[in-house]
Amino acid sequence: MIVVNIFGYVMAYIGRVFLGLISEIGKMGIFLFNTLAYSVLPPYRWKPLLRQIWFQGYMSLIVIFMTGSFAGMVLALQFYHTLKQFGADSMLGPAVALSLIRELGPVFTALMVTGRAGSAITSEIGIMRISEQIDSLYVMALNPYKYVIVPNFLAAILCFPLLTALFDVIGIYGGYFVGVKLLGVSGELYFEQMKSIVNMEDIAMGFYKSLCFAIIVIWICCYKGFMVGTEFGGHGARAVSKATTDAVVMSSVTILIGDYIMGSFFI
Amino acid sequence: MMEKQILIEIRDVKKTLNGHAVLNGVNLTIYKGDLIAIVGASGGGKSVLMKNVIGLMKPDYGQIIIDGKNTVNMSHRQYLKIIERFGVLFQSGALFDSINVYENIAFPLRERTKLKEKDIKLKIEDVLASVGLKGMDNKYPAELSGGMRKRAALARAIVLNPDVVFFDEPTTGLDPILMNAIHGLIKENHHQYGYTGIIISHEIPKIFSVANKVAMLHDGLIIAYGTPEEIQNSENPHVRNFLYNQ
Repeated sequence: MIVVNIFGYVMAYIGRVFLGLISEIGKMGIFLFNTLAYSVLPPYRWKPLLRQIWFQGYMSLIVIFMTGSFAGMVLALQFYHTLKQFGADSMLGPAVALSLIRELGPVFTALMVTGRAGSAITSEIGIMRISEQIDSLYVMALNPYKYVIVPNFLAAILCFPLLTALFDVIGIYGGYFVGVKLLGVSGELYFEQMKSIVNMEDIAMGFYKSLCFAIIVIWICCYKGFMVGTEFGGHGARAVSKATTDAVVMSSVTILIGDYIMGSFFI
Repeated sequence: MMEKQILIEIRDVKKTLNGHAVLNGVNLTIYKGDLIAIVGASGGGKSVLMKNVIGLMKPDYGQIIIDGKNTVNMSHRQYLKIIERFGVLFQSGALFDSINVYENIAFPLRERTKLKEKDIKLKIEDVLASVGLKGMDNKYPAELSGGMRKRAALARAIVLNPDVVFFDEPTTGLDPILMNAIHGLIKENHHQYGYTGIIISHEIPKIFSVANKVAMLHDGLIIAYGTPEEIQNSENPHVRNFLYNQ
């Protein structure tokens, strides 16, 4: 009898978790649909959009510059010693460029922007939620998606690919500095081999990835913040901190899973 | 004497939150031009009732009829037309904390009207003077005291000349002097602008000198509704207990 009861409880628990998961996915789907719909429907709000471009894009430049340059330098250092064993150190340029353009550029940029801007977006929206600022938009007959979510969404779509491109370029020059200036690889070969091996498909792959990561990151971060203070997102300051942590962890994990899935499709 | 027009009719509204029945069939009729106070114990569902009326929550059952139209199953677009006529003063004030008082009050004017900047400025000066915050337009919400924040929030709530203004516990957390000042301001503004006011409060007996009608919410039901005198003389044991044993 006890075994049957325990089995019943376990099954009920699994059922609740499963239903919760389905419900969460459904709500996230509706949230994304609303965001996409309000992104294209007028009226358009330029001021909040410009503010978010400044916040997500311009304010991320230093982080992207630092991580991009050192990622390129580390790649050059590691590749050089491996390639040299096979006498292929002239392939350093393409190796660094392909790694950056196809994988590290989009992934690192997305992770950096998640840590810097995504967490701030979640906590800002969460605080707006618990201090009834979002409710006050509703009762002014104004759409919170238009003022709070859409500017973040459009800014991310614009900024992620640009920041990724910047990351790639800075990384390539970081690799050039270590490979050519410190380790003595031919500078001409570094760029010539790169030009002959890296093609438009590689660049397109990096671009598509960064676009997908932009949607994923901003979708998760905005959703988590937006749900704070509702019956699904908990209440108070603790709910804001939980939402922020959840948003960063979920975005980071999803970026890596998405990178693998997209990588396997493109290859 | 001309009969008063019904503005809001709440019919048998029920709402359950986290398995707990908060509203158990609320019935209430609010007439145009009234300044009504909904009183009751803290956590008794007053704010939930207000949120159902202003559309931030949907009742599980019942009807909320505003100007003859049931708003419960209205489309979002139709409902926007209704809430355009509302002004709400939230318990926390709900001012946008990253912009100053001027920008907070200008926000609904810029988004909802076609007024020119110079007219917006004049309107803001006017409304700030009416709530006693003249010269405070450059302050950020965090730089204001609790009472000043409520006044600024009130200014934003009434700046579009709404037909109905909801006040969600407007004096919670304020000292008695500020409480009297806010109550006086609500009464004065109601007289000046002529809106229908709905005050959620548990400030007994002070609220009796502000509102011209009082409804008492107990166990998710309106158990008494009438003029302040009628409520004060009510024989209902729950009303008497709430009024005299607080």
